[in-house]
Amino acid sequence: MSEWWTYSLSDFLMFSSRSYYRLIESYNAAIWPAHLLALVAGLVVIGAIARSRQHLQRSAALVLAAAWSWVAWAYQLERYAEINTAAPYFAGAFAVQALLLCWLAYRPGNAAQAPQPLGLGLAGLAILAYPLLALARDNGTWGQAEVFGIVPDPTVIATLGVLLAWRAPAIFWLIPVSWCLVSGATLMELKISHAWLLPALAFISSLAWLIKRKPPRDLNSTANPRS
Amino acid sequence: MPLTSPSRRHLLASMIAASGGLALSPLLAAAPPAPLLTRPIPSSGEQLPVIGLGSWITFNVGRDPQGRRESTDVMRQFFAGGGRLVDSSPMYGSAQDVIGEAVQTLKPARLFSADKVWVSGGARGVAQVEASRKLWRVARFDLLQVHNLLSWEEHLPILLAMKREGRLRYVGITTSEGRRHAEIEKIMASQPIDFVQISYNALDRDVEQRILPLARERKIGVIVNRPFRQGDLTQALAGKPLPGWAADIGCTTWAQALLKFIVSHPAVTCAIPATSSVAHVRENLLAGTGRMPDEALRKRIAQDVERLA
Repeated sequence: MSEWWTYSLSDFLMFSSRSYYRLIESYNAAIWPAHLLALVAGLVVIGAIARSRQHLQRSAALVLAAAWSWVAWAYQLERYAEINTAAPYFAGAFAVQALLLCWLAYRPGNAAQAPQPLGLGLAGLAILAYPLLALARDNGTWGQAEVFGIVPDPTVIATLGVLLAWRAPAIFWLIPVSWCLVSGATLMELKISHAWLLPALAFISSLAWLIKRKPPRDLNSTANPRS
Repeated sequence: MPLTSPSRRHLLASMIAASGGLALSPLLAAAPPAPLLTRPIPSSGEQLPVIGLGSWITFNVGRDPQGRRESTDVMRQFFAGGGRLVDSSPMYGSAQDVIGEAVQTLKPARLFSADKVWVSGGARGVAQVEASRKLWRVARFDLLQVHNLLSWEEHLPILLAMKREGRLRYVGITTSEGRRHAEIEKIMASQPIDFVQISYNALDRDVEQRILPLARERKIGVIVNRPFRQGDLTQALAGKPLPGWAADIGCTTWAQALLKFIVSHPAVTCAIPATSSVAHVRENLLAGTGRMPDEALRKRIAQDVERLA
Protein backbone atom coordinates (compact mmCIF):
# COMPACT_ATOMS: atom_id res chain seq x y z
CA MET A 1 0.00 0.00 0.00
CA SER A 2 1.75 3.14 -1.22
CA GLU A 3 -0.42 5.44 0.90
CA TRP A 4 0.82 4.28 4.30
CA TRP A 5 2.91 7.41 4.67
CA THR A 6 -0.25 9.49 4.74
CA TYR A 7 -1.45 7.84 7.98
CA SER A 8 -0.52 8.98 11.45
CA LEU A 9 -0.38 6.93 14.65
CA SER A 10 -3.82 8.14 15.72
CA ASP A 11 -5.34 6.78 12.48
CA PHE A 12 -4.57 3.27 13.65
CA LEU A 13 -6.14 3.65 17.04
CA MET A 14 -9.41 1.87 16.43
CA PHE A 15 -10.92 1.67 19.90
CA SER A 16 -11.45 3.64 23.09
CA SER A 17 -9.78 2.96 26.43
CA ARG A 18 -13.23 1.96 27.69
CA SER A 19 -13.58 -0.78 25.07
CA TYR A 20 -9.98 -1.89 25.64
CA TYR A 21 -10.27 -2.36 29.40
CA ARG A 22 -13.77 -3.77 29.15
CA LEU A 23 -12.34 -6.41 26.81
CA ILE A 24 -9.66 -7.27 29.38
CA GLU A 25 -12.30 -7.39 32.10
CA SER A 26 -14.56 -9.80 30.23
CA TYR A 27 -11.56 -11.94 29.24
CA ASN A 28 -10.39 -12.11 32.87
CA ALA A 29 -13.87 -13.09 34.00
CA ALA A 30 -14.11 -15.80 31.34
CA ILE A 31 -10.84 -17.55 32.26
CA TRP A 32 -10.75 -17.09 36.05
CA PRO A 33 -9.17 -18.87 38.03
CA ALA A 34 -6.46 -19.47 35.41
CA HIS A 35 -4.76 -16.41 36.96
CA LEU A 36 -3.75 -18.47 40.00
CA LEU A 37 -1.98 -20.97 37.76
CA ALA A 38 -0.34 -18.09 35.95
CA LEU A 39 0.87 -16.66 39.26
CA VAL A 40 2.49 -20.00 40.19
CA ALA A 41 4.10 -20.12 36.75
CA GLY A 42 5.37 -16.59 37.32
CA LEU A 43 6.93 -17.59 40.62
CA VAL A 44 8.78 -20.38 38.79
CA VAL A 45 10.24 -17.72 36.47
CA ILE A 46 11.30 -15.52 39.39
CA GLY A 47 12.81 -18.54 41.15
CA ALA A 48 14.75 -19.51 38.04
CA ILE A 49 16.35 -16.09 37.81
CA ALA A 50 17.11 -15.98 41.54
CA ARG A 51 18.53 -19.50 41.88
CA SER A 52 20.61 -19.67 38.70
CA ARG A 53 20.27 -23.38 38.11
CA GLN A 54 20.33 -24.68 34.57
CA HIS A 55 17.34 -27.01 34.97
CA LEU A 56 15.32 -24.16 36.51
CA GLN A 57 16.24 -21.90 33.63
CA ARG A 58 15.01 -24.51 31.19
CA SER A 59 11.73 -24.80 33.09
CA ALA A 60 11.34 -21.05 33.14
CA ALA A 61 11.96 -20.79 29.39
CA LEU A 62 9.28 -23.41 28.81
CA VAL A 63 6.89 -21.58 31.16
CA LEU A 64 7.48 -18.40 29.17
CA ALA A 65 6.95 -20.26 25.89
CA ALA A 66 3.63 -21.55 27.20
CA ALA A 67 2.67 -18.05 28.37
CA TRP A 68 3.46 -16.51 24.96
CA SER A 69 1.51 -19.29 23.21
CA TRP A 70 -1.51 -18.78 25.46
CA VAL A 71 -1.46 -15.01 25.00
CA ALA A 72 -1.13 -15.48 21.21
CA TRP A 73 -4.21 -17.65 21.03
CA ALA A 74 -6.50 -16.76 23.92
CA TYR A 75 -5.85 -13.01 24.02
CA GLN A 76 -4.57 -11.79 20.65
CA LEU A 77 -6.51 -14.07 18.35
CA GLU A 78 -9.66 -14.78 20.34
CA ARG A 79 -10.19 -11.42 22.07
CA TYR A 80 -8.04 -8.52 20.93
CA ALA A 81 -8.81 -9.25 17.27
CA GLU A 82 -12.42 -8.23 17.99
CA ILE A 83 -11.37 -4.59 18.22
CA ASN A 84 -7.95 -4.48 16.56
CA THR A 85 -7.54 -5.78 13.01
CA ALA A 86 -3.76 -6.05 13.55
CA ALA A 87 -4.18 -8.56 16.40
CA PRO A 88 -3.85 -11.70 14.20
CA TYR A 89 -0.41 -10.42 13.15
CA PHE A 90 0.47 -9.86 16.80
CA ALA A 91 -0.68 -13.42 17.48
CA GLY A 92 1.72 -14.67 14.81
CA ALA A 93 4.60 -12.74 16.35
CA PHE A 94 3.78 -14.09 19.81
CA ALA A 95 3.70 -17.66 18.44
CA VAL A 96 7.13 -17.14 16.86
CA GLN A 97 8.47 -15.86 20.20
CA ALA A 98 7.06 -18.95 21.91
CA LEU A 99 9.05 -21.12 19.49
CA LEU A 100 12.17 -19.05 20.11
CA LEU A 101 11.75 -19.54 23.86
CA CYS A 102 11.49 -23.31 23.34
CA TRP A 103 14.72 -23.09 21.41
CA LEU A 104 16.23 -21.04 24.24
CA ALA A 105 15.32 -23.81 26.66
CA TYR A 106 17.03 -26.55 24.67
CA ARG A 107 19.67 -24.86 22.57
CA PRO A 108 23.16 -26.32 22.96
CA GLY A 109 25.68 -24.36 24.97
CA ASN A 110 23.24 -23.04 27.57
CA ALA A 111 24.98 -22.19 30.77
CA ALA A 112 23.62 -21.12 34.12
CA GLN A 113 24.09 -17.42 34.76
CA ALA A 114 24.90 -15.51 37.88
CA PRO A 115 21.78 -13.85 39.38
CA GLN A 116 21.03 -10.53 37.68
CA PRO A 117 19.30 -8.04 39.98
CA LEU A 118 17.78 -5.97 37.17
CA GLY A 119 16.41 -9.06 35.45
CA LEU A 120 14.99 -10.26 38.73
CA GLY A 121 13.48 -6.83 39.35
CA LEU A 122 11.81 -6.77 35.93
CA ALA A 123 10.30 -10.21 36.42
CA GLY A 124 9.14 -9.29 39.93
CA LEU A 125 7.58 -6.07 38.66
CA ALA A 126 5.76 -7.89 35.87
CA ILE A 127 4.48 -10.78 37.93
CA LEU A 128 3.76 -9.21 41.31
CA ALA A 129 3.29 -5.46 40.78
CA TYR A 130 1.91 -5.00 37.26
CA PRO A 131 -1.62 -6.23 38.09
CA LEU A 132 -1.87 -3.45 40.69
CA LEU A 133 -1.67 -0.82 37.94
CA ALA A 134 -5.34 -1.50 37.23
CA LEU A 135 -6.20 0.11 40.56
CA ALA A 136 -4.00 3.12 39.86
CA ARG A 137 -5.95 4.04 36.73
CA ASP A 138 -9.06 6.24 36.83
CA ASN A 139 -12.09 3.93 37.09
CA GLY A 140 -9.78 0.88 37.08
CA THR A 141 -10.97 -2.25 38.88
CA TRP A 142 -9.48 -5.57 39.96
CA GLY A 143 -11.42 -7.18 37.16
CA GLN A 144 -9.23 -5.27 34.69
CA ALA A 145 -5.95 -6.42 36.27
CA GLU A 146 -3.29 -7.35 33.71
CA VAL A 147 -1.68 -10.58 34.85
CA PHE A 148 1.51 -12.31 33.67
CA GLY A 149 0.78 -15.19 31.29
CA ILE A 150 -2.77 -13.93 30.71
CA VAL A 151 -2.25 -10.66 28.81
CA PRO A 152 0.74 -9.44 26.78
CA ASP A 153 2.30 -6.53 28.68
CA PRO A 154 3.36 -8.21 31.96
CA THR A 155 4.29 -11.35 30.03
CA VAL A 156 6.64 -9.33 27.84
CA ILE A 157 8.18 -7.45 30.79
CA ALA A 158 8.91 -10.72 32.60
CA THR A 159 10.46 -12.06 29.41
CA LEU A 160 12.73 -9.02 29.18
CA GLY A 161 13.87 -9.80 32.72
CA VAL A 162 14.67 -13.40 31.82
CA LEU A 163 16.44 -12.47 28.58
CA LEU A 164 18.54 -9.94 30.46
CA ALA A 165 19.37 -12.37 33.28
CA TRP A 166 20.47 -15.00 30.77
CA ARG A 167 22.13 -12.57 28.37
CA ALA A 168 20.13 -14.10 25.55
CA PRO A 169 21.24 -13.27 21.99
CA ALA A 170 19.65 -10.36 20.12
CA ILE A 171 17.19 -12.48 18.15
CA PHE A 172 15.26 -13.29 21.34
CA TRP A 173 14.81 -9.58 22.07
CA LEU A 174 13.37 -8.49 18.75
CA ILE A 175 9.69 -9.35 19.31
CA PRO A 176 9.46 -8.39 23.02
CA VAL A 177 11.06 -4.98 22.40
CA SER A 178 8.85 -4.42 19.33
CA TRP A 179 5.78 -5.23 21.41
CA CYS A 180 6.86 -2.72 24.07
CA LEU A 181 6.92 -0.02 21.39
CA VAL A 182 3.58 -1.07 19.87
CA SER A 183 1.82 -1.35 23.22
CA GLY A 184 3.38 1.87 24.52
CA ALA A 185 2.18 3.73 21.41
CA THR A 186 -1.31 2.27 21.79
CA LEU A 187 -1.55 3.23 25.46
CA MET A 188 -0.18 6.67 24.63
CA GLU A 189 -2.92 7.21 22.04
CA LEU A 190 -5.46 5.96 24.60
CA LYS A 191 -4.03 8.58 26.99
CA ILE A 192 -3.23 5.98 29.66
CA SER A 193 -0.96 7.46 32.34
CA HIS A 194 1.53 4.56 32.41
CA ALA A 195 1.97 4.45 28.62
CA TRP A 196 5.65 5.32 29.08
CA LEU A 197 6.36 2.24 31.22
CA LEU A 198 6.79 -0.46 28.57
CA PRO A 199 9.04 1.55 26.21
CA ALA A 200 11.09 2.71 29.23
CA LEU A 201 11.57 -0.84 30.50
CA ALA A 202 12.48 -2.02 27.00
CA PHE A 203 15.07 0.75 26.76
CA ILE A 204 16.57 0.10 30.21
CA SER A 205 16.76 -3.67 29.77
CA SER A 206 18.21 -3.38 26.25
CA LEU A 207 20.80 -0.92 27.46
CA ALA A 208 21.73 -3.17 30.40
CA TRP A 209 21.98 -6.11 27.99
CA LEU A 210 24.34 -4.19 25.73
CA ILE A 211 26.54 -3.16 28.65
CA LYS A 212 26.63 -6.56 30.31
CA ARG A 213 27.02 -8.46 27.06
CA LYS A 214 30.00 -10.74 27.52
CA PRO A 215 30.61 -14.48 27.46
CA PRO A 216 28.54 -16.16 30.18
CA ARG A 217 30.20 -17.58 33.21
CA ASP A 218 29.52 -21.32 33.34
CA LEU A 219 28.41 -21.90 36.90
CA ASN A 220 28.54 -25.67 36.46
CA SER A 221 32.19 -25.64 35.43
CA THR A 222 32.97 -23.21 38.28
CA ALA A 223 31.39 -25.64 40.69
CA ASN A 224 33.54 -28.50 39.35
CA PRO A 225 36.80 -26.89 38.26
CA ARG A 226 39.24 -28.90 36.26
CA SER A 227 42.75 -28.78 37.41
CA MET B 1 -27.40 25.57 -0.43
CA PRO B 2 -30.61 26.35 1.49
CA LEU B 3 -31.38 24.86 4.88
CA THR B 4 -34.87 23.43 5.27
CA SER B 5 -36.89 22.13 8.25
CA PRO B 6 -38.92 18.91 8.56
CA SER B 7 -42.08 18.59 10.61
CA ARG B 8 -41.57 19.60 14.23
CA ARG B 9 -44.46 17.38 15.34
CA HIS B 10 -42.90 14.32 13.71
CA LEU B 11 -39.54 15.00 15.35
CA LEU B 12 -40.98 15.48 18.82
CA ALA B 13 -43.23 12.45 18.55
CA SER B 14 -40.37 10.23 17.47
CA MET B 15 -38.06 11.45 20.24
CA ILE B 16 -40.74 10.76 22.85
CA ALA B 17 -41.29 7.33 21.33
CA ALA B 18 -37.55 6.64 21.61
CA SER B 19 -37.58 7.51 25.28
CA GLY B 20 -40.12 4.71 25.75
CA GLY B 21 -42.81 7.17 26.74
CA LEU B 22 -41.85 6.60 30.36
CA ALA B 23 -39.65 9.48 31.30
CA LEU B 24 -38.38 12.42 29.36
CA SER B 25 -34.76 13.42 29.86
CA PRO B 26 -34.19 16.83 31.47
CA LEU B 27 -33.09 18.06 28.06
CA LEU B 28 -36.33 16.98 26.44
CA ALA B 29 -38.46 17.99 29.37
CA ALA B 30 -36.99 21.49 29.40
CA ALA B 31 -38.19 22.44 25.95
CA PRO B 32 -39.47 20.74 22.83
CA PRO B 33 -36.65 20.25 20.33
CA ALA B 34 -36.61 22.45 17.28
CA PRO B 35 -36.69 20.69 13.91
CA LEU B 36 -33.46 19.19 12.61
CA LEU B 37 -32.38 21.19 9.60
CA THR B 38 -31.65 19.52 6.29
CA ARG B 39 -29.56 20.32 3.22
CA PRO B 40 -30.07 19.04 -0.31
CA ILE B 41 -27.56 16.61 -1.74
CA PRO B 42 -26.30 18.74 -4.65
CA SER B 43 -26.35 15.97 -7.26
CA SER B 44 -29.93 14.85 -6.55
CA GLY B 45 -31.74 17.41 -4.40
CA GLU B 46 -32.55 14.75 -1.80
CA GLN B 47 -32.73 16.34 1.64
CA LEU B 48 -30.26 15.13 4.26
CA PRO B 49 -30.17 16.21 7.94
CA VAL B 50 -27.15 18.37 8.69
CA ILE B 51 -26.11 16.15 11.62
CA GLY B 52 -25.04 12.59 10.84
CA LEU B 53 -23.41 9.92 12.98
CA GLY B 54 -19.82 8.73 12.69
CA SER B 55 -18.62 5.40 14.09
CA TRP B 56 -14.81 5.73 14.22
CA ILE B 57 -13.60 4.28 17.56
CA THR B 58 -16.95 4.72 19.34
CA PHE B 59 -18.74 1.72 17.81
CA ASN B 60 -15.72 -0.62 17.77
CA VAL B 61 -16.76 -2.50 20.90
CA GLY B 62 -16.11 -6.05 19.73
CA ARG B 63 -18.50 -8.66 21.15
CA ASP B 64 -19.03 -6.77 24.41
CA PRO B 65 -22.81 -6.99 25.02
CA GLN B 66 -22.89 -3.80 27.08
CA GLY B 67 -20.98 -1.84 24.44
CA ARG B 68 -23.34 -3.14 21.76
CA ARG B 69 -26.41 -2.19 23.79
CA GLU B 70 -25.01 1.31 24.30
CA SER B 71 -24.29 1.66 20.58
CA THR B 72 -27.84 0.58 19.74
CA ASP B 73 -29.16 3.16 22.23
CA VAL B 74 -27.06 5.85 20.54
CA MET B 75 -28.48 4.92 17.14
CA ARG B 76 -32.03 4.72 18.53
CA GLN B 77 -31.75 8.26 19.86
CA PHE B 78 -30.12 9.44 16.63
CA PHE B 79 -32.94 8.14 14.42
CA ALA B 80 -35.58 9.31 16.89
CA GLY B 81 -34.12 12.80 16.73
CA GLY B 82 -34.44 12.86 12.95
CA GLY B 83 -30.92 11.72 12.05
CA ARG B 84 -30.38 9.64 8.92
CA LEU B 85 -26.77 9.37 7.76
CA VAL B 86 -24.62 6.80 9.57
CA ASP B 87 -21.02 6.50 8.38
CA SER B 88 -18.59 3.62 8.84
CA SER B 89 -15.70 1.79 7.19
CA PRO B 90 -14.07 -1.63 7.04
CA MET B 91 -11.18 0.14 8.79
CA TYR B 92 -13.26 0.61 11.94
CA GLY B 93 -12.94 -2.90 13.40
CA SER B 94 -16.26 -4.29 14.63
CA ALA B 95 -18.16 -1.01 14.00
CA GLN B 96 -19.91 -2.23 10.84
CA ASP B 97 -21.25 -5.31 12.61
CA VAL B 98 -22.31 -3.25 15.64
CA ILE B 99 -24.21 -0.89 13.30
CA GLY B 100 -25.73 -3.88 11.51
CA GLU B 101 -26.99 -5.31 14.79
CA ALA B 102 -28.58 -1.96 15.67
CA VAL B 103 -30.12 -1.69 12.19
CA GLN B 104 -31.59 -5.16 12.60
CA THR B 105 -33.01 -4.25 16.02
CA LEU B 106 -34.26 -0.74 15.25
CA LYS B 107 -35.28 -1.19 11.60
CA PRO B 108 -34.91 2.56 10.93
CA ALA B 109 -37.25 3.73 8.19
CA ARG B 110 -35.01 6.48 6.85
CA LEU B 111 -31.45 5.21 7.32
CA PHE B 112 -28.91 6.72 4.92
CA SER B 113 -26.12 4.13 4.96
CA ALA B 114 -22.68 5.53 4.16
CA ASP B 115 -19.76 3.12 4.10
CA LYS B 116 -16.33 2.96 2.50
CA VAL B 117 -14.07 0.71 0.52
CA TRP B 118 -10.58 0.47 2.01
CA VAL B 119 -8.42 -2.13 0.32
CA SER B 120 -5.84 -2.27 -2.45
CA GLY B 121 -7.16 -3.52 -5.77
CA GLY B 122 -10.55 -3.25 -7.48
CA ALA B 123 -11.50 -6.95 -7.29
CA ARG B 124 -10.79 -7.07 -3.58
CA GLY B 125 -12.88 -3.92 -3.25
CA VAL B 126 -15.94 -5.65 -4.71
CA ALA B 127 -15.58 -8.49 -2.21
CA GLN B 128 -15.06 -6.04 0.63
CA VAL B 129 -18.18 -4.03 -0.26
CA GLU B 130 -20.27 -7.21 -0.27
CA ALA B 131 -18.82 -8.26 3.10
CA SER B 132 -19.57 -4.79 4.49
CA ARG B 133 -23.14 -4.89 3.17
CA LYS B 134 -23.75 -8.18 4.96
CA LEU B 135 -22.34 -6.76 8.20
CA TRP B 136 -24.63 -3.72 7.92
CA ARG B 137 -27.65 -6.00 7.17
CA VAL B 138 -28.83 -3.66 4.38
CA ALA B 139 -30.03 -4.49 0.88
CA ARG B 140 -27.72 -1.89 -0.63
CA PHE B 141 -25.67 1.08 0.49
CA ASP B 142 -26.83 4.62 -0.12
CA LEU B 143 -23.29 5.93 -0.33
CA LEU B 144 -19.94 4.23 -0.85
CA GLN B 145 -16.75 6.24 -0.55
CA VAL B 146 -13.16 5.43 -1.39
CA HIS B 147 -11.52 5.62 2.01
CA ASN B 148 -8.49 7.93 2.13
CA LEU B 149 -8.21 7.63 -1.66
CA LEU B 150 -6.74 4.14 -1.37
CA SER B 151 -6.60 2.64 -4.90
CA TRP B 152 -9.19 5.20 -6.01
CA GLU B 153 -8.29 4.76 -9.68
CA GLU B 154 -9.51 1.16 -9.47
CA HIS B 155 -12.43 1.60 -7.06
CA LEU B 156 -14.14 4.66 -8.51
CA PRO B 157 -15.05 3.13 -11.92
CA ILE B 158 -16.50 0.09 -10.12
CA LEU B 159 -18.54 2.20 -7.70
CA LEU B 160 -19.79 4.44 -10.52
CA ALA B 161 -20.83 1.33 -12.47
CA MET B 162 -22.70 0.06 -9.38
CA LYS B 163 -24.51 3.40 -9.23
CA ARG B 164 -25.49 3.18 -12.91
CA GLU B 165 -26.85 -0.32 -12.32
CA GLY B 166 -28.94 0.88 -9.36
CA ARG B 167 -26.95 -1.11 -6.80
CA LEU B 168 -25.74 2.08 -5.13
CA ARG B 169 -27.20 5.58 -4.89
CA TYR B 170 -24.18 7.82 -4.39
CA VAL B 171 -20.39 7.68 -4.80
CA GLY B 172 -17.77 9.60 -2.91
CA ILE B 173 -14.18 9.89 -1.74
CA THR B 174 -12.76 10.62 1.70
CA THR B 175 -9.74 12.01 3.41
CA SER B 176 -9.05 13.10 6.96
CA GLU B 177 -6.76 15.42 8.88
CA GLY B 178 -5.81 17.43 5.81
CA ARG B 179 -4.18 14.61 3.88
CA ARG B 180 -3.72 14.68 0.09
CA HIS B 181 -5.86 17.70 -0.62
CA ALA B 182 -4.25 18.29 -3.99
CA GLU B 183 -5.31 14.84 -5.15
CA ILE B 184 -8.79 15.33 -3.68
CA GLU B 185 -9.16 18.50 -5.74
CA LYS B 186 -8.01 16.69 -8.87
CA ILE B 187 -10.62 13.97 -8.39
CA MET B 188 -13.36 16.47 -7.54
CA ALA B 189 -12.59 18.35 -10.73
CA SER B 190 -12.45 15.33 -13.00
CA GLN B 191 -14.75 12.58 -11.63
CA PRO B 192 -18.57 12.50 -11.40
CA ILE B 193 -18.66 11.96 -7.64
CA ASP B 194 -21.59 12.92 -5.40
CA PHE B 195 -19.77 13.40 -2.09
CA VAL B 196 -16.41 14.30 -0.67
CA GLN B 197 -15.66 13.65 2.99
CA ILE B 198 -13.07 15.84 4.67
CA SER B 199 -11.93 17.01 8.12
CA TYR B 200 -13.10 20.50 8.96
CA ASN B 201 -13.57 22.39 12.21
CA ALA B 202 -13.09 25.84 13.73
CA LEU B 203 -9.31 25.29 13.90
CA ASP B 204 -8.60 23.16 10.81
CA ARG B 205 -9.93 25.39 8.05
CA ASP B 206 -7.63 24.72 5.08
CA VAL B 207 -10.55 23.29 3.10
CA GLU B 208 -12.20 26.73 3.07
CA GLN B 209 -9.61 27.89 0.56
CA ARG B 210 -10.16 25.48 -2.33
CA ILE B 211 -12.06 22.29 -1.52
CA LEU B 212 -15.29 23.79 -0.18
CA PRO B 213 -15.59 26.36 -3.02
CA LEU B 214 -14.82 23.60 -5.54
CA ALA B 215 -17.52 21.41 -3.98
CA ARG B 216 -20.09 24.17 -4.50
CA GLU B 217 -18.92 24.77 -8.04
CA ARG B 218 -19.01 21.07 -8.97
CA LYS B 219 -22.23 20.37 -7.01
CA ILE B 220 -20.57 17.84 -4.74
CA GLY B 221 -21.96 17.16 -1.28
CA VAL B 222 -19.57 17.61 1.66
CA ILE B 223 -19.49 15.34 4.70
CA VAL B 224 -17.35 16.62 7.57
CA ASN B 225 -15.49 14.18 9.80
CA ARG B 226 -13.58 14.79 13.05
CA PRO B 227 -15.57 17.95 13.92
CA PHE B 228 -14.10 17.93 17.43
CA ARG B 229 -10.58 16.77 16.46
CA GLN B 230 -11.40 13.39 17.97
CA GLY B 231 -12.49 15.00 21.25
CA ASP B 232 -9.36 17.10 21.72
CA LEU B 233 -11.16 20.31 20.82
CA THR B 234 -14.09 19.89 23.21
CA GLN B 235 -11.62 18.82 25.90
CA ALA B 236 -9.49 21.92 25.33
CA LEU B 237 -12.56 24.14 25.59
CA ALA B 238 -14.05 22.35 28.60
CA GLY B 239 -14.53 24.75 31.49
CA LYS B 240 -14.08 27.83 29.31
CA PRO B 241 -17.19 30.03 29.48
CA LEU B 242 -19.23 30.28 26.28
CA PRO B 243 -19.00 33.74 24.70
CA GLY B 244 -22.14 35.89 24.46
CA TRP B 245 -22.78 34.96 20.83
CA ALA B 246 -23.51 31.35 21.85
CA ALA B 247 -26.91 32.25 23.28
CA ASP B 248 -27.76 34.17 20.08
CA ILE B 249 -27.56 30.95 18.08
CA GLY B 250 -29.11 28.75 20.76
CA CYS B 251 -25.93 27.00 21.90
CA THR B 252 -25.56 25.84 25.48
CA THR B 253 -22.32 23.89 24.98
CA TRP B 254 -19.07 24.28 23.06
CA ALA B 255 -19.83 21.08 21.13
CA GLN B 256 -22.97 22.66 19.73
CA ALA B 257 -21.13 25.86 18.82
CA LEU B 258 -18.41 23.84 17.06
CA LEU B 259 -20.99 21.88 15.10
CA LYS B 260 -22.98 24.98 14.16
CA PHE B 261 -19.79 26.55 12.87
CA ILE B 262 -19.31 23.58 10.54
CA VAL B 263 -22.82 22.97 9.26
CA SER B 264 -23.46 26.67 8.67
CA HIS B 265 -20.86 26.71 5.90
CA PRO B 266 -22.93 26.80 2.72
CA ALA B 267 -20.92 24.04 1.04
CA VAL B 268 -21.31 21.54 3.91
CA THR B 269 -24.04 18.93 3.59
CA CYS B 270 -23.60 17.35 7.03
CA ALA B 271 -21.18 16.74 9.88
CA ILE B 272 -20.69 13.26 11.37
CA PRO B 273 -19.68 13.50 15.03
CA ALA B 274 -19.05 10.09 16.58
CA THR B 275 -20.11 9.31 20.11
CA SER B 276 -20.94 6.42 22.41
CA SER B 277 -23.12 8.62 24.63
CA VAL B 278 -26.87 9.07 24.21
CA ALA B 279 -26.63 12.47 25.92
CA HIS B 280 -24.05 13.58 23.37
CA VAL B 281 -26.25 12.45 20.48
CA ARG B 282 -29.04 14.65 21.81
CA GLU B 283 -26.61 17.52 22.23
CA ASN B 284 -25.23 17.05 18.71
CA LEU B 285 -28.70 16.87 17.15
CA LEU B 286 -29.68 20.11 18.84
CA ALA B 287 -26.76 21.75 17.03
CA GLY B 288 -28.60 21.00 13.80
CA THR B 289 -31.60 23.04 14.88
CA GLY B 290 -32.51 26.69 15.30
CA ARG B 291 -30.57 29.72 14.20
CA MET B 292 -27.25 29.29 12.42
CA PRO B 293 -24.33 31.73 12.55
CA ASP B 294 -23.89 34.07 9.61
CA GLU B 295 -20.54 34.66 7.95
CA ALA B 296 -19.49 37.40 10.40
CA LEU B 297 -20.33 35.26 13.40
CA ARG B 298 -18.58 32.24 11.87
CA LYS B 299 -15.38 34.30 11.71
CA ARG B 300 -15.82 35.31 15.32
CA ILE B 301 -16.41 31.72 16.41
CA ALA B 302 -13.19 30.66 14.67
CA GLN B 303 -11.26 33.50 16.33
CA ASP B 304 -12.64 32.70 19.78
CA VAL B 305 -11.96 28.99 19.45
CA GLU B 306 -8.43 29.70 18.27
CA ARG B 307 -7.89 31.98 21.25
CA LEU B 308 -9.35 29.66 23.86
CA ALA B 309 -8.48 26.13 22.69
